[in-house]
Amino acid sequence: MNADIRPIRTQAEQAILASLATVPEGGDRLADLRRAAARSFEENGLPHRRVEEWKYTDLRSLMREAVPVAGAAAVAEADARACLLRGVEARRIVIANGAVVPELSDLADLEEGLSLTTFAAAMAAGDEVLSRIGGIVPSRYDASLALNTALARDGVVITVTPGAAIARPVHVAHVFAGGTAAAMYDRSLVVVGAGASFTYAESFEGADGLAYQANSATEFVVGDGAHLDVVRLQEEGASAFHLSTLLFDVGRDSKVHAFTFGLGAAVARTTLYATLSGEDSHVGFNGATLLKGRQHADSTLFLDHQVPGCESRELFKTVLDDSARGVFQGKIVVRQAAQKTDGRMMSRALVLGDEAEMDNKPELEIFADDVQCGHGATCGAIDDDLLFYLRARGIPKKEAQSLLVQAFVGEAVETVEHDGLREALVERAEAWLAARA
Amino acid sequence: MALLDIDNLHAKIDGEHGKEILKGLSLKVNPGEVHAIMGPNGSGKSTLSYILAGKEDYEVTDGTVTLDGEDLLEMEIDERAAKGVFLAFQYPVEVPGVATMTFLRASLNAQRKKRGEAEVSTPDFLRLVKDKAAHLGINQDMLRRGVNVGFSGGEKKRAEILQMAILEPKLCVLDETDSGLDIDALKVVSEGVNALRSPDRAMIVITHYQRLLNHIVPDFVHVMNKGRIVRSGGKELALELEANGYAEYQQDAA
Amino acid sequence: MPAVQETVDQVRSLDVDQYKYGFFTEIETEKAPKGLSEDTVRFISAKKNEPEWMLEWRLEAFRRWLTMREPDWARVSYPPIDYQDLYYYSAPKRPSELSIDDIDPEILATYEKLGIPLRERDALLGIASGGTKVAVDAVFDSVSVATTFKEELSKAGVIFMPISEAVREYPELVKKYLGSVVPVTDNYFATLNSAVFSDGSFVYVPKGVRCPMELSTYFRINERNTGQFERTLIIADEGAYVSYLEGCTAPMRDENQLHAAVVELVALDDAEIKYSTVQNWYPGDKDGKGGIFNFVTKRGDCRGDRSKISWTQVETGSAITWKYPSCILRGDNSQGEFYSIAISNGRQQVDSGTKMIHLGKNTSSRIISKGIAAGYSDNTYRGLVTAHRKATGARNFTNCDSLLIGDKCGAHTVPYIESKNSSAQFEHEATTSKISDDQLFYCRQRGLDPEEATALIVNGFVKDVLQQLPMEFAVEAQKLIAVSLEGSVG
Repeated sequence: MNADIRPIRTQAEQAILASLATVPEGGDRLADLRRAAARSFEENGLPHRRVEEWKYTDLRSLMREAVPVAGAAAVAEADARACLLRGVEARRIVIANGAVVPELSDLADLEEGLSLTTFAAAMAAGDEVLSRIGGIVPSRYDASLALNTALARDGVVITVTPGAAIARPVHVAHVFAGGTAAAMYDRSLVVVGAGASFTYAESFEGADGLAYQANSATEFVVGDGAHLDVVRLQEEGASAFHLSTLLFDVGRDSKVHAFTFGLGAAVARTTLYATLSGEDSHVGFNGATLLKGRQHADSTLFLDHQVPGCESRELFKTVLDDSARGVFQGKIVVRQAAQKTDGRMMSRALVLGDEAEMDNKPELEIFADDVQCGHGATCGAIDDDLLFYLRARGIPKKEAQSLLVQAFVGEAVETVEHDGLREALVERAEAWLAARA
Repeated sequence: MALLDIDNLHAKIDGEHGKEILKGLSLKVNPGEVHAIMGPNGSGKSTLSYILAGKEDYEVTDGTVTLDGEDLLEMEIDERAAKGVFLAFQYPVEVPGVATMTFLRASLNAQRKKRGEAEVSTPDFLRLVKDKAAHLGINQDMLRRGVNVGFSGGEKKRAEILQMAILEPKLCVLDETDSGLDIDALKVVSEGVNALRSPDRAMIVITHYQRLLNHIVPDFVHVMNKGRIVRSGGKELALELEANGYAEYQQDAA
Repeated sequence: MPAVQETVDQVRSLDVDQYKYGFFTEIETEKAPKGLSEDTVRFISAKKNEPEWMLEWRLEAFRRWLTMREPDWARVSYPPIDYQDLYYYSAPKRPSELSIDDIDPEILATYEKLGIPLRERDALLGIASGGTKVAVDAVFDSVSVATTFKEELSKAGVIFMPISEAVREYPELVKKYLGSVVPVTDNYFATLNSAVFSDGSFVYVPKGVRCPMELSTYFRINERNTGQFERTLIIADEGAYVSYLEGCTAPMRDENQLHAAVVELVALDDAEIKYSTVQNWYPGDKDGKGGIFNFVTKRGDCRGDRSKISWTQVETGSAITWKYPSCILRGDNSQGEFYSIAISNGRQQVDSGTKMIHLGKNTSSRIISKGIAAGYSDNTYRGLVTAHRKATGARNFTNCDSLLIGDKCGAHTVPYIESKNSSAQFEHEATTSKISDDQLFYCRQRGLDPEEATALIVNGFVKDVLQQLPMEFAVEAQKLIAVSLEGSVG
């Protein structure tokens, strides 16, 4: 739009452009996608505050450093780094520096109905399932996703055959295990067949002192009548930059729940896209973000109701300490055909730190008349009356605050169905509070 | 000529796979008569009341319904109301922001206009409402509040009877008016209904329990099951049902 | 109550394309040459006998405007406006400053058609029959043609006059406050207005004075191809109170007409300003032909401690509405309110809302917005609530409800809620739904036809906002709502 007033490219943009030069020429669909994504980045660059979707997360000014693309990680280093969710009984895959580490990944003895391979292997084999990549196209240019599409070389590719009930979650542990700051990209695809059920967990972590940049994207294709649970825990290193995208194509009569838990990174942005393309499905997106220091975290949601009779529910909680900054953007779109849509979205922020800041932008865009849609947003400090009540019963102030924060976050965390994962998240929340006290 | 004449009425829920609910129901109601319709849950009692009022969720597949000899099924919902059909809802609907007084006046004048009658003047209307409301224990505060908004179950039912008293219909259809009422409220509501009994007004009282019929004594009692009237009799039939339940009818029909 | 019935009668009496105020008055006018240049600005300034400083102010705005771009972030789309194809000044030829009797009888008749009595004795007749006293300033195209009750107001010390007169008579007040709330550089349309505004109302209520009557301005666009750029400036000095009403209409025309107004309100310590608008500019016909482009900047500055500014608007007209009456809560303990009903039908596009900017300590704001979309229209609520670092104890409550009538229209809600202070407490809720089938069935069972039932339910839906309007306006607004929705029930 503003081609004539485009500012000079920043150092980070130039570095990214340099890495984009490696995007291969080639004839297949995936290569076309990559090149289109690279071109869109060349045209648009990093988004800034005048780009509506990134209004509160100005990537151009936040992402100052230019870092090279990460090289392969040492297995021992990756193993030492991958600590999160280790206690949860799950099939574990480790992605370090953007590539699956076979030595640390549980790729064999797959349950019946589950197929699991790496993105790199699927590409090498010309696996047909990769035609599902790029199925959901955001209506506006999304720099984070474009870079991922152009640069990701590995990740996992999972297919659950129709009707299969896979009880044991697959846990993909993303780690940064480099010695100097670098950028890493990974892309995964999860296809859940009709009537199947599946639980997918992800964790993100890395060293505290390094300003590494993680960019992860996962696409979920959910068949008719399928049931998918996604749980993700983001505890990147304190100086890290985390960009991630989750895309859901939701079929008829299906149930999709996703829970995102964000604690780490200096700057984090998670974008969820859901296209409700089959009637009578239910989508529940919930999340909790706990921030301190000068952390910046942004949760952005796009829900596109294209067909009648679907239900969507979102509940996002943000706790802000010190001078942290939280962002919630949620947009529910109801197309003209999507009659009888029932969509509710709620964002609640609890502000603990005097310098903290919360920006909320819940949006409704509605073109069908027979709908029930709503959103709410609240933002404020801990209720003094509650605090007083607890203290009057002899609970010290910090402890009382912790209890109230725990209850506040708990409402969202409780929506996680898988017991082991839920307990692990509760434990991380407790650890965060303990570190605060 | 009967005021209301229902002949072999068949109706189903609107839509492709709509379930058939009324399966050949016939009933004649003359002016001045009070008919009670009793029956187990799911027998089609409420559906009958909705079809008489013209709710668009049902499709009449066969049979006829006339009011004063005119084809009722051809009429719009509000036309039926102007012709004197009043439905006291089992679950009266809330209309937020519209004061009960405003609603009553708009309804009354809309009906009068359709009948070619003059609108009621403000003082006359206020007097009319005040008088009728007092008998039903409805205070000014309730009249100022939005229609049914924040009303208790009993208040809602009393408000329905107040509307009935003011609109002076020819045919009153009372759908489970006793549900959710304690004994005192039941008395107030029944007295309100009885006060409206007159030689040129007919009533259809739909109820699951005989209790209401101790207060509103019917001329005829009909037992409905599976979309049809399976037995008719005098008021003593209600007592028999109270003693024996609906089991025998359900078996009969099965 | 009677209004509901009247509403319903009115709906019946109208055809789909009838707009009650769509007449055109044949009068002699004097216009500036078509187009916009420094000469146009000088022409307008000369016509108004303005002092040099005012001309400089305008020219500075004009030069600035040349460097600006038309904003495109709102959810409205319209063909490009050719700013050189408009008249920027149009005035009835007969002089109007002397007395009401000097006003062209055609104009008087026009205002009578609109139901606005410009003769004080006519207005007084209205009072005798139960209304409250309202002083009116009527703006016809580019000039103010009459201001009533001037004497009675001046006894109370209230200044209420066309802004063109105020520039000459109270230059110090105008200099001090004009552009102090909406700076010359604020936005494309406000800057344009600063360059070419021709008239509007000026109100000053002195310290401790409670304005003895409602003040009102009625705006009317009459001439073809004429933009209207009025400017309103209201100052409530310490402890003062004023309630101000604004109404607007325009003839039916095939072409689009531009309206770019600026309203500035200043409330000093303990002062209160209540500003109500019933906007009923011509919306265009059912196919979207013609209608007013309404790009308006309205902003109030709660400059003093404990001051209060309250906006109430009923927006039913215009092809395009781009309007965000806002409050800057600068004074400690100041309060801002925004109550809005925005109705769109046909091909209308509305992008409207408010900004509540909390700067002072313990400031509070309240937003109640009711949007109703019918026909093929789009109706967007866009709002900003923000608490700055030092806005300790800021409070906001926002309730934004949208109602859809028909499946060809759109209702959108875009709130921005930004808190930079930990003690700020913000609460926002929004819903979108349609009129429930159960409610319609219930109303119709009691004898109301579908249009009557819809009008009744919609009036219930907007009641919280209607209650904020002065009585006469509330009745008018209620009628307008029904007329605007007419033809929307299939």
